[in-house]
Amino acid sequence: MTVKILYFASLKEALGCTEESFVLPSGVSTVGELRAFLAERGEKWKALGEGRNVRAARNQRMAAPADPVLPGDEIAFFPPVTGG
Amino acid sequence: MTVSVQAEDFDVAAEIAALSAGRNEVGAIATFLGLVRDVSGGSNVAAMTLEHYPGMTEKSLEEIIEQACARWSLYGVRVIHRFGRLEPGDRIVFVGVAGAHRGEAFAACEFIMDYLKTRAPFWKLEETPEGARWVDARDSDDSAAARWEQGGR
Repeated sequence: MTVKILYFASLKEALGCTEESFVLPSGVSTVGELRAFLAERGEKWKALGEGRNVRAARNQRMAAPADPVLPGDEIAFFPPVTGG
Repeated sequence: MTVSVQAEDFDVAAEIAALSAGRNEVGAIATFLGLVRDVSGGSNVAAMTLEHYPGMTEKSLEEIIEQACARWSLYGVRVIHRFGRLEPGDRIVFVGVAGAHRGEAFAACEFIMDYLKTRAPFWKLEETPEGARWVDARDSDDSAAARWEQGGR
């Protein structure tokens, strides 16, 4: 029951992590719950915490906090985009 | 192929020519060309590095083009976005839209840029005298994209 998690840009730098394979704990079934769980993993992970401007994608499409997370998913967290 | 995410530069004239090649029904081509500026937020910018999310970037741009094609009758759309390290004056992004008339070409070109700014996963890291810094997203970009959801203009 693992998901792949990717981090980008300033969030990647703050976390010191680009990509990880993550075993979904019980009770984590949405993008928002996953983010909240990760934010509790330690000091630097507070960068994912409530109030921080973080966006998410599920399987390479923009995702809302209520969107489900299923085994095998690719979930990405990143700051608001600034291309163009 | 309408979307390219690439490190290499591109030829604007060739891209514009390709949008109408063999298509005499095209009466208007609207384009947008984005360049790296040497000043941002009051600081000199020596260069910027564009990071992106390979895979999602292409998908999100294709989705934006599909939405534009659903709103307007278009004959061709071309989007090129560069990544990697770019210097002031370098081309970053090109959007070209071919239609029968200017109205839809202008509108679709602006729509694509507004959506690209808020939905395509690119991030800019600027090199300034104070050090490297990530560019913050601007609220004005969000409101520019949002107006299309309220019936456009």
